[in-house]
Amino acid sequence: MSWSRIAVGIGTLALVVAGCGTSSGSKSKSTPGEEGFKPPDVPMQKSLGKGEGAVNILAWPGYAEDGSNDKSVDWVTPFEKETGCQAKVKYFGTSDEAVSLMKTGDYDVVSASGDASLRLVAGGNVAPFNTELAANYADVAPFLKDRSWNSVGGQMYGIPHGWGANLLMYNTKVVKPAPTSWDAVFDDASKYKGKVTAYDSPIYIADAALYLMGKQPDLKIKDPYALDQKQLDAAVSVLKKQRESVGEYWSDYTKEVSAFKAGSTVVGTTWQVIANLAKDEAPVRTVFPEDGSTGWSDTWMVGADAKHPNCAYLWANYVVSPSVNAQVAEYFGEAPANLKACRETSDKSFCDGYHAKDAHYAAKIHYWTTPITQCLDGRTDVKCTDYAAWTKAWQEIKG
Amino acid sequence: VTGSRATRGAAYLHRHPRLRLAGVLGAPLMWLGVVYVGSLAALLVSSLWVQDSFTSEVFRTWTLANFRDLVSEPLYRTVLLRTLVMAVLVTLVDLVLALPIAFFMAKVAKPRTARLLVVACLMPLWASYLVKAYAWRLLVIDNGVLDSTFGASPGFGIPAAVLTLSYLWLPYMILPIYSGLDRLPDSLLEASEDCGARPWRTFVSVVWPSILPSVIAGSIFTFSLTLGDYITIKIVGGASQMLGSLVYDQQSLDLPLAAAIATFSVVVMGVYLVLVRRTGALDQL
Repeated sequence: MSWSRIAVGIGTLALVVAGCGTSSGSKSKSTPGEEGFKPPDVPMQKSLGKGEGAVNILAWPGYAEDGSNDKSVDWVTPFEKETGCQAKVKYFGTSDEAVSLMKTGDYDVVSASGDASLRLVAGGNVAPFNTELAANYADVAPFLKDRSWNSVGGQMYGIPHGWGANLLMYNTKVVKPAPTSWDAVFDDASKYKGKVTAYDSPIYIADAALYLMGKQPDLKIKDPYALDQKQLDAAVSVLKKQRESVGEYWSDYTKEVSAFKAGSTVVGTTWQVIANLAKDEAPVRTVFPEDGSTGWSDTWMVGADAKHPNCAYLWANYVVSPSVNAQVAEYFGEAPANLKACRETSDKSFCDGYHAKDAHYAAKIHYWTTPITQCLDGRTDVKCTDYAAWTKAWQEIKG
Repeated sequence: VTGSRATRGAAYLHRHPRLRLAGVLGAPLMWLGVVYVGSLAALLVSSLWVQDSFTSEVFRTWTLANFRDLVSEPLYRTVLLRTLVMAVLVTLVDLVLALPIAFFMAKVAKPRTARLLVVACLMPLWASYLVKAYAWRLLVIDNGVLDSTFGASPGFGIPAAVLTLSYLWLPYMILPIYSGLDRLPDSLLEASEDCGARPWRTFVSVVWPSILPSVIAGSIFTFSLTLGDYITIKIVGGASQMLGSLVYDQQSLDLPLAAAIATFSVVVMGVYLVLVRRTGALDQL
């Protein structure tokens, strides 16, 4: 085949591909953006039928354990026995990954954090959630219901699962004195040059913004997810400075576990479950920094194109049932959404430790949410930077 | 009954040679055309689209914005340049390692030993890429094997990634050079020696020109595989980014931009292949 023929072939194919395309977009907006948001019309399930025999679960690591990572934690197998729904579990490392995987339509149910949930709703990837089909919804903490990250216009889009804060993890043998604030990974990061880690996602910019709320009050950051250009630039320069000390970024939780075990990383942001997995082989400890933290509040959502919607509802209800919600919460290290779970935890003081019933404490965590051009802190005199800008900034920070 | 139907079918095919040809070549051509060239075309086309960063929905509006970003943002130039330099380094390291090994296999070792050595070269290809990359992670990590054996280690970063990639692609460099040297008649080396040439002179004037196409053939592998790599850099590269890892990170954030970045390496490889084609090295593959 000559080169010109190949070129013609590619050209023809390009036209064909352009014709059939991959997107569902019948909309013809020239510049995508937010013009206020009205969720696409996705029907809500009216009644619960028999299970379909299978369910595809998209979850944060540690949310759907079947005993293969840790023999002592297994709540997937009892679910399969109870409902006959064979569960296939896929873990994801970042909310961006969750959104793009959910777009494939291959998953029935997803544990979405606040920075994924509204994107999924707006994209028409998840269906409104019929709370009457999930009996355990009644026992969910009231301060988790009808919140901005899990409902739109008074309609719930899922069942709350649990919430918690991103923590600071450190190697107790190397990092002395024990850190109490995020200084350890920002201003003082150079002390552990090459052994600092950070979460590899644009949403981590909020951690730097939160840090600046305390360090540079004159920037007037009220909400780490509502940054105007000047505030974003300040956060970016903090992160660029941090980059010089970062050995590795992590988004795959097993990568952070192994880095702390090997000692190639000694300090950085983490989830409690990672500390639990690492602590048997490495002297690690976690701390909730005094300057506050970003965090997550997760919601199980049912896919708009779920092939096994009944099993999806069965799973969502099951995982928020008191005993299972307690197991997940203890394994992952977060506050369970179901208040009755607090009676089922093996450590009876668990819920107090995680302030599970404390709405006031829950309000102090800055939950992951997607930044948009309308400032989330209510400012109307400036335009805020949206997630696209954060994404660009994040790539630039890593360089 | 089936027998006679089959015979009739065969007779029909016999009378229609073009149909016969279509039957034989249809499937592989479909594969080449639709799956291979088609996916490349899809890549090019989707790089001209835009994605809503909020809903991750891809809009099929035609724009060159992604390519404008590639040119205007210094980040992409830096990463492209870094990746190119790494690809060149990997190729050079592989060349330096492969030349003596291939020469020994082709000209010094007995045929039996040579065969064993070929098998030994191919052996690492039987193990998973990931396993080998993680093995290198343990080698270069602080207090790892290199550290405890030699008292020094590059640690995670670009040098470690270059080393790992050189190791991974070494067989692809050895084998073409070996077959090039194998075809080089021993009598040429003897003639050169008889004319009084020292080994270095023989290498420069006789061996190198005749194996150059093989070297270039090998470099196509080492160069292109490095250009597209995104796994090794994540495992041993520390916080550094390469073109491939940029695409990997972007694909869940902004698919069209990821596609645009990916066209970078397609273009670079295209240019490289056109240059290489002039040397006739493609006939050595």
